[in-house]
Amino acid sequence: MKTGSVTIIGAGPAGLAAAAAAAPYATVTLLDENPGPGGQIWRAGAGTTTAAAELWEPARQAGAQWLGGCRVVAADAHALLLENATGAQRLPWEKLVLAPGARERFLPFPGWTLPGVLGAGGLQALVKNGLDIRGQRVMVAGSGPLLLAAAAFLRSQGAIIAGITEQATRRQLAGLAWASLVSPEKRKQASGLFRQLRGVPYLTHCWVEAAEVQESSHKNSGWLAAVRLRRGNRRWREPCDWLASGFGLAPNIELARLLGCALAPAAEGRPSSIAVDDFQLASQSNIWCAGEITGIGGLELSLLEGRIAGLAAAGQTALARRWLKARDRQRHFARALARAARLDAELRRLPGDETVICRCEDVPLGRLREYHSWREARLLGRCGMGACQGRICSDITGWLWNWQYDTTRPPVTPARISTLALMAANAEKASSSEFIL
Amino acid sequence: MASSNRTFDLAVIGCGIVGAACARAGTRAGLRTIIVEGSLAGGGATAAGMGHIVVMDGSEAQLALTLYSRRLWQQLIPELPEAAEYRSCGTLWIAEHEAELELARRKQAKLAGQGVACEILDARQLMEAEPCLRPGLAGALRVPDDGVLYPPIAAQWLWQQAQNAGAVMRSGAIVTRIQEQAIHVAGGDRIQAGAIIVAAGSQGAELIPEIPLRPRKGHLLITDRYPGFLRHQVVELGYLQRAHAGTESSVSFNLQPRATGQVLIGSSRQYSHDRAVEPDVLSRMLARAQSYVPRLGDLRGLRAWTGFRAATPDDLPCIGPLPNRPHIFAALGHEGLGITTSLGTAELLLAQMLGAEAPIPAGPFQPARFFIETSPAGHA
Ligand SMILES: Cc1cc2nc3c(=O)[nH]c(=O)nc-3n(C[C@H](O)[C@H](O)[C@H](O)COP(=O)(O)OP(=O)(O)OC[C@H]3O[C@@H](n4cnc5c(N)ncnc54)[C@H](O)[C@@H]3O)c2cc1C
Ligand SMILES: Cc1cc2nc3c(=O)[nH]c(=O)nc-3n(C[C@H](O)[C@H](O)[C@H](O)COP(=O)(O)OP(=O)(O)OC[C@H]3O[C@@H](n4cnc5c(N)ncnc54)[C@H](O)[C@@H]3O)c2cc1C
Repeated sequence: MKTGSVTIIGAGPAGLAAAAAAAPYATVTLLDENPGPGGQIWRAGAGTTTAAAELWEPARQAGAQWLGGCRVVAADAHALLLENATGAQRLPWEKLVLAPGARERFLPFPGWTLPGVLGAGGLQALVKNGLDIRGQRVMVAGSGPLLLAAAAFLRSQGAIIAGITEQATRRQLAGLAWASLVSPEKRKQASGLFRQLRGVPYLTHCWVEAAEVQESSHKNSGWLAAVRLRRGNRRWREPCDWLASGFGLAPNIELARLLGCALAPAAEGRPSSIAVDDFQLASQSNIWCAGEITGIGGLELSLLEGRIAGLAAAGQTALARRWLKARDRQRHFARALARAARLDAELRRLPGDETVICRCEDVPLGRLREYHSWREARLLGRCGMGACQGRICSDITGWLWNWQYDTTRPPVTPARISTLALMAANAEKASSSEFIL
Repeated sequence: MASSNRTFDLAVIGCGIVGAACARAGTRAGLRTIIVEGSLAGGGATAAGMGHIVVMDGSEAQLALTLYSRRLWQQLIPELPEAAEYRSCGTLWIAEHEAELELARRKQAKLAGQGVACEILDARQLMEAEPCLRPGLAGALRVPDDGVLYPPIAAQWLWQQAQNAGAVMRSGAIVTRIQEQAIHVAGGDRIQAGAIIVAAGSQGAELIPEIPLRPRKGHLLITDRYPGFLRHQVVELGYLQRAHAGTESSVSFNLQPRATGQVLIGSSRQYSHDRAVEPDVLSRMLARAQSYVPRLGDLRGLRAWTGFRAATPDDLPCIGPLPNRPHIFAALGHEGLGITTSLGTAELLLAQMLGAEAPIPAGPFQPARFFIETSPAGHA
C-alpha cells in the first residue's frame, strides 16, 4: 500500500531517479517546465530520450503522474503555485523533492553578449531543438568537463570545432585525472570523449580575451566574427561562427530558499548550494534536495542523490541507506572537480569598463564601479532589476567583488499577475483559468 | 575622524529623501552641514516607495504641504538627471460608480479652489484617457500636473547637491543618542552641531520616543516592460478611505507607469514590523488591481517587495522643533507621502530654524502636538 504523496520538482536525472525510486511506495507527481522529462542532459526537442524513458517508464507504470510544461512560481509550507501556458493553480504538497538543477555560469569578457556567443549548454539545446550547425566553425571555451561533452556533441552534429580552450592549468587537470580514478564511469566517459574529439586542439591555461564582431560591410554584420585567445604570453585571433562558452554551472536554489532551506557552508569561488543531510533532507522537514541544487556534481551523483531522496521521501530509509556509500564516492569526485576548475584570478581582469554586466538592464562594468554593494548597484544602477532578477549578473558581481546577494521572495521567476493573484491559500479563483491535473 | 573635531551648523540624521532634501536646503541657506546615515543612503522607505508626486487633500494641512511640495518638484524638473525618471503623467482618480463620481466632483471643486488644474472625465473620456481600464466605470478626476519619479535616484541627486555645496556625508554611522547640540554615533564618536534634524524615517521614534510613529507596511509589485500599457498613475478614488480604514490589512488599487515601460502595482497597508512579502496580502492586492484592469492579468510580474511608512496618529508629519529642545528638529512621520513632501518639509523646517517666514502654515505639523503628556518642567 502506498503511504503519502511525494511531489518532485524537476525532471532531470535527479528528479527522474527520485520518481522511479519513490513511485512503488508513494503517490508521485513529477513536474517540469519542459514538455517532456529529461532535463538539460536528456533533452530531446519535444520527445524523450531513451535514457529518460528508462527511468520514467517504470515510475509511470507504478502510478507516477507527469505534469509537464508548468513551472513553480511560488511556494509555501502547504502548496506550490504552478503556472502553465494557459492557467495557474495551487497544488498542495506533503513531501517535496527539489531537483531543479543548475544554470550555466557566465563570466564576462569584451564581446560576451554578441550574437553568436552562447553558453555551451545553451548552444547544445539550440542544436537539439533543430538549429543546423553543420559546417559551422565553433570555438568552445571556458572550464570544466562540460566543455568536452559540448564539443563532442556539436561535432557529432556536423560542427567544425575550431578548438577547445580550458582556463585551468595542466597541473590542475592532472589532479582531476587522479580524482577520476575513484570513478570508473568517469574514466570511461573521459576517454570516450577524447576519442570523439580526436584532432581537435585542446589548450589548457588558455582563454578567450575578447569576442570580435563582423564589420558592417560583412553579410553577417553584427554577428560574432572571431575570438582573441590568450595562452601565457601568446595572443592570437581565431575566426569562428559560434563561441560556446562555459564556466560551469550554478545551482538553482531560489525555490528552496523561498521555502526556507538553509545554504551549505560557502566554498570559495563556488556558487551557493543547499545544505542536506545524509538522506538528502534539507533544513526544512519534508523537503529533500537532489542533484545540482546541492552542489555541482554531474550525472552519476545526481542519479544517486535522486534515488536516495526519492526513497527517503517515500519513507524507505533502509533502502536509501544502501546507496549512501556510492553517493559519497561521487561527491568526493565532485569536490576534486570543483578544485580543478578553480578560476584563474586573471580572468577577473578581462571585462573592460564598457563590458555589459547586467544584460537585462544594459549596465556596464564601469558604472558598477561607483557602487559598494549589490543592493546599492541595484537601487542606484538598476543592476539585476530586469526579467532575470540578477540570476546571471549577481553571480558575476559575486565573483568580481564578492558582493552578497540573497533576497528571495515570491515570485521566484517572472509570472503572470493572474497567477500571482492566486498565491493566497484562500484566493478567489475568479480571473484565472485553472488547468486540470 | 576629521569630521568629529569640526563643529557644524547643522547635522541631519538619516539620508532618505527627507534627510537629503533637508541637507540640500541647509547648504542652500549657507549652513555648514553634515549628514549622518547609518546604513545605505536612500535605502530605507525611499527605496521602497512608489514615487508618485501627488496633491492629496486628506486635510487642509496635507493639501497645503503636498501642493507646495509639488510646485517645488516642478521647479527642479529641468535639473533632475534622466535616471530620476521624472514623468509628468498625471493622476486619474477613478470613480467606480455614480456616488463616487459625486465625490470626485467635490474633490475637483476643492482642488480647483486652490488653483490646482484638474478636470472631471465621464465614462467615455476615461476610456479614451486610459484604455486599459475595464468598461463600466463611472468616470474620474484627472490631475494632469501630478507626476512620478524614481525616489532613490532623486534622493541621491539631492544629497549630491548638498555635497557639491560643501555638506559632509558620514555613512555607516548609526546615531545612538542626541543631545541639545551634539549627536552620538555608535562607536563612541560625537558630532557637534548648532542644530539637529532627525530625519530617520520609521526609526525616528528610537531617537525621539515622544513622537508616536508606527511602521505601516506596504506591498508593491513591478512587472516586466510593457511600453504604452498604462499612461497615468491610476488610483481608486476610495483610496484614502480604504487606506486608512484601520482594518487589519487593507489593499487598494494604485497603478503607476514607470519610465521604463514597467507597471508598478500597489498597494497595501497594515501595521507590522515584519518585512516578509505576505502571499495573502499580495494576492489580494493583485486581484483588486486586476478587477480594474483586466488585461493586467497577462503581464508578467518580476518582483515584489515591502516597505514601511512612518505613520503618525493624525496622518500628518512632524516638521518643526521639539518643544522642550529647541535646537532639535523633527522631519518625521511622512507616511505614504514623503517622496512628494520631502522638498516642502525641508523648506518649512529651514524657515522655522532660521526664523524666516514660513511658506505654508507650520502649526499643524508641530511635534509639540504629541508632547502634551510630558510635564511642563521639561526633560531632564
Ligand atoms: C520606483 C521603484 C521601481 C523599482 N523597479 C524595480 C525593477 O524594475 N526591478 C526590480 O527588480 N526591482 C525594482 N524595484 C525594487 C527594488 O529593487 C527593491 O526591491 C526595493 O527597493 C525594495 O527593497 P528590498 O527590500 O527588495 O531590498 P533588498 O535588495 O531585498 O534588500 C533588503 C535589505 O533588507 C535586508 N533584509 C532583508 N530581509 C531582512 C530581514 N528579515 N531583517 C532585516 N533585514 C532584512 C537585506 O539584507 C537588505 O539589505 C523598484 C523600486 C522602486 C521604489
Ligand atoms: C509602499 C509604499 C509606497 C509609497 N508610495 C509613495 C508615493 O507614491 N509617493 C510619496 O510621496 N511617498 C510614498 N511613500 C512614502 C515614502 O516612501 C516615504 O514617506 C519616504 O521615503 C520617507 O523618507 P524618509 O527620508 O523620511 O525615510 P527613509 O527613506 O526611511 O530614510 C531614513 C534614513 O534614516 C536612516 N536612519 C534611521 N535611523 C538612523 C540612525 N539612528 N542613525 C543614522 N541613520 C539612521 C535610515 O538608514 C534611512 O536611510 C510610499 C511608501 C511605501 C512604503
